[in-house]
Amino acid sequence: MKPKTLFEKVWEQHEVARETADTPAVLYIDLHLIHEVTSPQAFAQLRSQSLSVRRPDRTLATLDHSTPTDPAEVFGRVPIKVESAARQVKEMEKNCREFGVELLGLGSEQRGIVHVIGPELGATQPGKTIVCGDSHTATHGAFGALAFGIGTTEVGHVLATQCLLQRRPQTLAIEVSGRLRDAVTAKDVILAIIGKIGVSGGTGQIIEYRGTAIEAMSMDERMTICNMSIEAGARAGMIAPDETTFAYLKGRRFAPQGDAWDRALERWRKLRTDSGASYDRVVEIDASKLEPMITYGTNPGMVVPITATVPDYPSDAIHAKSLAYMGLQGGESLLGKPVQVVFVGSCTNARLSDLELAARVMRGRKVASGVRMLVVPGSQQIKREAEARGLAQVFTDAGAEWRESGCSMCIGMNGDVVAKGQYAVSTSNRNFEGRQGSGARTLLASPLTAAAAAVAGRISDPREFLRS
Amino acid sequence: MQPISTFSARTAVLPYTNIDTDQIIPARFLTTTTKEGLGRQAFADWRYDANGAPKPDFALNQPEAAGCAILVAGRNFGCGSSREHAPWALLDYGFRAVVSTEIADIFRNNSLKNGLLPIVVDEQTHAWLLQHPGVSLKVDLQASTLTLPDGTAVRFPIEAFARHCLLNGVDELGFLLQQADAIARYEQTHS
Repeated sequence: MKPKTLFEKVWEQHEVARETADTPAVLYIDLHLIHEVTSPQAFAQLRSQSLSVRRPDRTLATLDHSTPTDPAEVFGRVPIKVESAARQVKEMEKNCREFGVELLGLGSEQRGIVHVIGPELGATQPGKTIVCGDSHTATHGAFGALAFGIGTTEVGHVLATQCLLQRRPQTLAIEVSGRLRDAVTAKDVILAIIGKIGVSGGTGQIIEYRGTAIEAMSMDERMTICNMSIEAGARAGMIAPDETTFAYLKGRRFAPQGDAWDRALERWRKLRTDSGASYDRVVEIDASKLEPMITYGTNPGMVVPITATVPDYPSDAIHAKSLAYMGLQGGESLLGKPVQVVFVGSCTNARLSDLELAARVMRGRKVASGVRMLVVPGSQQIKREAEARGLAQVFTDAGAEWRESGCSMCIGMNGDVVAKGQYAVSTSNRNFEGRQGSGARTLLASPLTAAAAAVAGRISDPREFLRS
Repeated sequence: MQPISTFSARTAVLPYTNIDTDQIIPARFLTTTTKEGLGRQAFADWRYDANGAPKPDFALNQPEAAGCAILVAGRNFGCGSSREHAPWALLDYGFRAVVSTEIADIFRNNSLKNGLLPIVVDEQTHAWLLQHPGVSLKVDLQASTLTLPDGTAVRFPIEAFARHCLLNGVDELGFLLQQADAIARYEQTHS
């Protein structure tokens, strides 16, 4: 039998109909995650055609994007300040009620960022096809699932038929070898990868991350890697499941139990790329040479090691436009640049281990004067766990704001925004113009680097805070 | 959806690479629950100042940009967020096609489902278009060509089924719903 890649195995197991010259493949979707921002128009479409949700049991809904993180608003003690967001929340509650979809709503202890709770509840599993109206759906690929973001029309297709029309993408293997140095995290690895292949380097391709550095990572770290695949243009990133994956999933709410678990393990163990299988393209990265990374421009590919200077391309007008927006000069050092906001959160870096990283730097230190630090856990479950372990206390003692879970300042559509002209070191995934608020200047980095900036009030090398 | 066959329109040019969907429609406008009316907010942060007044130097605010229905933009247009509000906003603004050397995957899919044509052309054609804002181009979807003012017809790739749907004004959901039996069979054998 022809050797196959992980992607090919998962794809072929979900072909309801194969693609032809005239028609794309009909691909079955095992799990559909929905949220309040990209689903209302899809439900409206169902209503207009008198259609129902084909598989409510394969659909899971939450509130995260436009939902506030201020506890008083979340738990209804005061109205949600952004009125249109409040309407969106109401609409989602109504849609889920009327179409019979389980909603992990504002009062749910299982609510959180959609890409954090899927894995946390064990709904995300190896070999599944998973979609969501959100480009960071790639996160779930960390479990060996084929997971990608879709638009609202496609959300409607999946709600109505549990299927999507898809052309088969190409494959890109990113082989990450070597051992990471101290203070170099999964976030630094994925930023370095995007810097190397560029923000459209993965367009039309599905990435499989592999190699010893990936195998050594925890599930949280693998999720950080896969999460930002879209920032390299790839709709999906995948990592072959292994004992780390299985240990993470065992016992979670939606994970198979008893005999079903044993049968699942047998299937999941086959989800590895066969030796001799070929990819359309292979890129190699030596993880042992990487340093903490930080972005300086207005897309995630504009990234350098934290000790480097801002690249200078005097004849490149687009580069100059980006630097002008950021208020930076080519050739200047990033270290020492004052910052006004630090955000630890998002589907990229708001899991428990991310909060632990930030707390390693923050413990016994204070947020510098003039800096606003917002720490937003990825889910309510992570919030409770962080509180039980004393991490929340570390942040609040330092003077940071500790919030309810949600997308928060990553997307700035829920009341959490960075003001015009302010510099924000953020553990999120996009430094686009205005992403965190009109005129906001975002520098993407790891939780360690973000925490270091918070206590120093300036962009700082996190290694200086870990030595003592 | 209205069938699309051929149309001619003038171009507006945004010569920047990697124009992401946060620029096309900033996230603060995504709290809507409908598709309508997003054209007012298309490129909001590039188009308006903090007081909501049009920025005079922005290309789409130039008098000659009025009525332009083909947007020519730099490489990797539509990258970033999967928000379908991006093509909804461009269509509502009045655009019918986007031309670049590379168009991001999710944006391209979303555009095709709404009748906004994502047209990928070669570097040379693209460079010429960037330098000549306001020229009139003819789009022929049946032939999958973009005809330049000098009569040169440049072929562009477009997924066959999406093209069929656009030419006939039918949506893809109808086709998927017709697969109900095959889907049910799949579900029986893959529980």
